[in-house]
Amino acid sequence: MTELAWIDAAITSARPQAVGALLRYFRDLDTAEEAFQDACLRALKTWPVNGPPRDPAAWLIMVGRNAGIDGTRRRAKQTTLPDEAALSDIEDAETPLAERLDGADNRDDVLRLLFICCHPDLPPTQQIALALRIVSGLSVKQIARAFLVGESAMEQRITRAKARVAGAGVPFETPGPVERAERVAAVAAMIYLLFNEGYSAGGQQDDRARLADEAIRLARLLLRLFQTEPEIMGLTALLLLQHSRASARFDAAGEIVLMDDQDRALWDRRLIAEGLALVDKAMRHRRPGPYQIQAAIAALHARAARAEDTDWAGIAALYGALERQTPSPVITLNRAVAVSKTDGPQAALDLIAPLEARLAGYFHFHGVRGALLKQLGQDAAARTAFNQAIALANTPAEAAHIRMHLDQLQAGGVG
Amino acid sequence: MLYAILCYNAEDVVMSWSQEEDDAVMAQLNVTHERLTAEGKLGPSLRLMPTTAATTLVKSQDLVIDGPYAETKEQLLGFYILDISGLEEGLEIARELGKANPGGAYELRPLRLFLPGASIG
Repeated sequence: MTELAWIDAAITSARPQAVGALLRYFRDLDTAEEAFQDACLRALKTWPVNGPPRDPAAWLIMVGRNAGIDGTRRRAKQTTLPDEAALSDIEDAETPLAERLDGADNRDDVLRLLFICCHPDLPPTQQIALALRIVSGLSVKQIARAFLVGESAMEQRITRAKARVAGAGVPFETPGPVERAERVAAVAAMIYLLFNEGYSAGGQQDDRARLADEAIRLARLLLRLFQTEPEIMGLTALLLLQHSRASARFDAAGEIVLMDDQDRALWDRRLIAEGLALVDKAMRHRRPGPYQIQAAIAALHARAARAEDTDWAGIAALYGALERQTPSPVITLNRAVAVSKTDGPQAALDLIAPLEARLAGYFHFHGVRGALLKQLGQDAAARTAFNQAIALANTPAEAAHIRMHLDQLQAGGVG
Repeated sequence: MLYAILCYNAEDVVMSWSQEEDDAVMAQLNVTHERLTAEGKLGPSLRLMPTTAATTLVKSQDLVIDGPYAETKEQLLGFYILDISGLEEGLEIARELGKANPGGAYELRPLRLFLPGASIG
């Protein structure tokens, strides 16, 4: 690995801790980011000459803090009214940095940085964009490409999100246990959204697929901060297990390959092993939550060497447990798919019949219903359901998949 | 003589490598791995999963802790490689070993990569 690549990796991994500490110090996101940028520029100059520091994050915080103070002083001189209060505030804060770096402070710094991206006023896409910019350090250009929008539009979106967050007031006090748990939950939800952005994109588009990697990186970061939280183990496991199938989920033409038909040799065994290890760890706590249950479902799929070895009864039971924790018609729909494997398509249709009103606008409802009707040989009804699904498809790949079902019905020559 | 080489590095930096960077490092290492294996000098080598996947058994209190063994007053004195069903079986085995050898702790860390190498010793 080249020296530059090593420095890049060191800066990327130090970023959440360093920007988090600088944010606590300067209490302003833009100042913290600028200070971090300054520190990175200096790192690129001095690390190749003096060798990398023992603790890159501490180095970047120290240098960034000094750069930020210089910047504040410069600006204070340029403006006609120097902000004395802000300056003395900074002087007061100059306690030895080393002792503030470890333990709880570091944890709350990173959590705060993640948490301010999850402001409830921000729509999910803005939360994700902000996290990618601030926590992951992706460039606006990279984020714009990932979201398939123009660079200036993304720049605006991020600027607006930052303004809203700044206006809302960043919570700087050390959180109590309840508040900390709420922050962790909000951050976990944001990481899950980020993963789904990448996951739904599929195999071909590199910029979007990168979002899934980034989500896994943030989940591991959150888990390192909260090592004993079974739900964060579950979240990380869930992302690893879902992502392990990335290469198998789409065929060469970019069309969806359902799990039953996937080439399991393409599943990433390394990600599966780590996911299963985390599920094991989480189960020991006997405090199941939605992420853990979803991870356990993904684990049952991952453990099956062939599709026909899948423990569908176990999966149906886990969906049942998930329904009890977070009742939702979409979960019932998923349980119905598992039930169709153990009790047949009619049992599954009976299960989803009451969902029709609530899921009438949901692509997967009509897709599943069509597939069940097709299995029962009710081709005309199946065709109607598939046509409803096509009208609601979110991506060309989804539409193409339904069209394949319709073609098979036609090939059967019935109706 | 039999020797072990223990590998230390900043985990979050290594975990930030892209797949291509990771592959490039492994490809370079493999040149040496293969030569040493052919010479009959290299036995098993392995890469551990990140510390987030670790669980620690503190032997004296029979206390199971999430995460790696973090105390610095004890030193790494040895390790086992096991092929087992999962964490529960691993903890059972660790408890049994702990009865014969009390004190200190066992950290259970799943492997990310295992290369059997040559038959040595």
